Amino acid sequence: MTIEFTVNGKPVSVDVDAQTPLLDVLRNDFELNGPKFGCGLAQCGACAVQLDGVSIRACVLPVGSIAGKAVTTLEGLGSESKPHALQTAFIEEQALQCGYCASGIIVTAAAFLKSNPSPTSEDVKRALSGHLCRCGAQPRMVRAVLKAAEATGGSSE
Amino acid sequence: MSTRREFLQASGALAFCFALPACSGDEESAKSGHTLLGNRLQINADGSVDLMLGKVEFGQGIGTTLAQLAAEELDLDFSRVRLSYVDTDSSPNEFYTFSSISVQQAGPPTRKAAAQARAHLLQLAADRLGVAAESLTVADGQVLANGAQTAIDYWSLIGDEHATLELVEDVTLKPVDDYSVIGKSVLRIDIPGKVFGEPSFLQDLRLPDMVHARVVRPSAERAVLEGFNATVAEAMPGVLKVVRDGSFVAVIAEREEQARNAAKALGEKLEWRVPGDLPDSEALYDWLRNVDSRTEPVAEKTGNVDRGAVKTVSATYQRPYQAHASISPSAAVARFADGQLTVWSHAQGMYPLRAGIAKVLGLDIADVRCVHREASGCYGHNGADDAACDAAALAVKFPGRHVRVQWERADEMTWEPYGSAMHIEVSAGIDDAGQIRSWDYDLWSCPHTSRPRDEVQAENMIYARQREGALPLPPIQSIPQPNGGADRNGVPLYTFDRVNVRKHLATDVPMRVSALRGLGAYANVFAIESFMDELADIANEDPFSFRLRHLQDERAIALLEELERVSDWKNRPAPGTGGGWGLGFARFKNRSAWVGVVMRVTVKDGDIQLRWAKAVCDAGLIINPDGVRAQIEGGIVQSSSWTLKEQVRFSNEQKQSVDWNSYPILRFDEIPDIDVTLMDRNDQASMGVGEAAQGPTAAAIANAVFHATGKRLRRLPLVGNERS
Repeated sequence: MTIEFTVNGKPVSVDVDAQTPLLDVLRNDFELNGPKFGCGLAQCGACAVQLDGVSIRACVLPVGSIAGKAVTTLEGLGSESKPHALQTAFIEEQALQCGYCASGIIVTAAAFLKSNPSPTSEDVKRALSGHLCRCGAQPRMVRAVLKAAEATGGSSE
Repeated sequence: MSTRREFLQASGALAFCFALPACSGDEESAKSGHTLLGNRLQINADGSVDLMLGKVEFGQGIGTTLAQLAAEELDLDFSRVRLSYVDTDSSPNEFYTFSSISVQQAGPPTRKAAAQARAHLLQLAADRLGVAAESLTVADGQVLANGAQTAIDYWSLIGDEHATLELVEDVTLKPVDDYSVIGKSVLRIDIPGKVFGEPSFLQDLRLPDMVHARVVRPSAERAVLEGFNATVAEAMPGVLKVVRDGSFVAVIAEREEQARNAAKALGEKLEWRVPGDLPDSEALYDWLRNVDSRTEPVAEKTGNVDRGAVKTVSATYQRPYQAHASISPSAAVARFADGQLTVWSHAQGMYPLRAGIAKVLGLDIADVRCVHREASGCYGHNGADDAACDAAALAVKFPGRHVRVQWERADEMTWEPYGSAMHIEVSAGIDDAGQIRSWDYDLWSCPHTSRPRDEVQAENMIYARQREGALPLPPIQSIPQPNGGADRNGVPLYTFDRVNVRKHLATDVPMRVSALRGLGAYANVFAIESFMDELADIANEDPFSFRLRHLQDERAIALLEELERVSDWKNRPAPGTGGGWGLGFARFKNRSAWVGVVMRVTVKDGDIQLRWAKAVCDAGLIINPDGVRAQIEGGIVQSSSWTLKEQVRFSNEQKQSVDWNSYPILRFDEIPDIDVTLMDRNDQASMGVGEAAQGPTAAAIANAVFHATGKRLRRLPLVGNERS
């Protein structure tokens, strides 16, 4: 069936089995690299994207359920020429090792900062506690999120 | 990163080819012995420099570090250096990226190539200017004569020429005082691409006509396929081929979700004979202590100790099977066409992988090319080689198209080779003055490597085990001292009159085991440093001073003194107050970096909370301080996770740790604050740090728990595993 929605602001349509996980469609049909396959079980957070501004797990969400909605991936947050404050902060803080988990964490952190633009370190840790990082870059990631919040003066963008 | 062809076909470039000595002296390379020629460095007329890596990146930042070395010796801005992936068609053969030796192994040839390039170009400049080369210096490629600008730079010297130089051994390297790039925390080259979603990972490869495959595996690795029915799967949408080869089963489909769905349907139609030979988690250490094994002496020092004058103290420490549990399940892409096989893999060694795949598939090694792409961190030998072999086998059975194999989470958790369980019995004789006089140490473990590193060991790969006509399992690999496998760091760095260390290595192991970050060092340092803490307590002495009086290694002593200072140890609270500070320390492999950790914990109702860690590291000359800090921080977090939470669970029939719920790891809200101090040892050789924090962290936590509660925890993981 044909499903229409937007990805990073652009209208798209895809003709696949409605049960296909959104993650497969984003990666394989739209060739986006941000959202990653990590578990397929909504346990690790590597696949996180925003759906109408809310961070969700694309690996378990059937694409058929998102008709008319807006998907934002890592690529939609910013680019090298116009980076999101979180992307800048992750580079400045060197806040990743392998970086496989970073996309999901940045996407969730971006949604989180919108609702809590001036968080404490404990707030950030709680907000990201559904995301796994195996390299142990969490201390740097928390610093980067706090830095991004500060850089934007609590304006969240 | 540039491609192989761009590299080889560039004109207007100065390239360096030279022989890299075989990776002699390393624990897993004893039989490699071969030498290949490879291109290392290419300086291009367009102002860029290509560095061909022999080591692979997996988040440890090795590419950036090596680029710093090249930029330093060339007197170039670091940003000019580009990195090329390891590719068996063109890269230097540096065997595996392992054992925290990349800087030691790949650093010197990189620096020498760069220094020789600079000297060569300066001689050209001197000839052109009619001056002595000694009067010339370089600033980001610009040639200066007695400090004054000339019209010459590297790029104009190279011009349209394509020169190739043989590396000479006799090269003058820059003195420490002249360093401008070495010692700087330059930003890692690979990070921007990763935060902007540029193709950075193997998983991001989308090759022409690529098809998707899934393997279907049983619950235990020695299970044999007895019932097979592909009718349902073959009829499913998009399915191109269902493969059965012995007990190896896979599905190939046009789209990824089609492959996944068909693999699931196929799996329900398979019947396996399961041997029931796995050790039940409840009886793991009885099994390990009694399974068929062979005993090897590790260290023996026959000092004269008057047994009447010492009190003997004994303890047993245990570590379960633990998983690499990489965040990205293993994946690979392969294509077989016209007799040529190309494999893209995130394994740690492309050359050994090529040899292994060629052997298993019966191909000429010259017809196999292996190309590296990054995946998530691996922390040792995970499923990467196996997935590559899966893809290669499927590509041969389905030629002409790119076949992409993606393991599911459960495949990764149940089929990766685990870090082996260990059972350690130690006893010490301590005299009235609190001096340890004798030390007896026995450890039981399985091997700590099964890398498919040569023709014999290639049979360790899963496909080789499962296919029709599988050869017998290769003999187990025991890694000898001084590096050691199960016995890595099994010999104490402390000085005792009499020492006896033995390892008992299981010879028939029903689960896959191999190198996990630190190998035996993690459990051995946990045991030794916990036991030192126990003995200090018996001697009624401070943990620092007790260690210091048993040490002769000057850098170890200096490091502990620094750690005592930065951790403000003198203000450690009284014991038994619920909050505890613990110390752990080791020199990795007794011949690499020194790391000491003080951890502060609070313990409430059996729950251990990590508050902060202070670490000190001596790694000799440090190329990138922030990179070293990142490795130590990450090591502390990962070791904390192993130490508090992690164990692979088995029943006799199956592995029960299949996902992140059944194999939980440390989460954001459980990590301690971490502060790393680096010793200034720029006059000493560089030493790798990637594995150096694992053991000290474990002991620091257990010792902190003892300080907080008076309870000695000797079985890992420390939470939910009460037994002293």
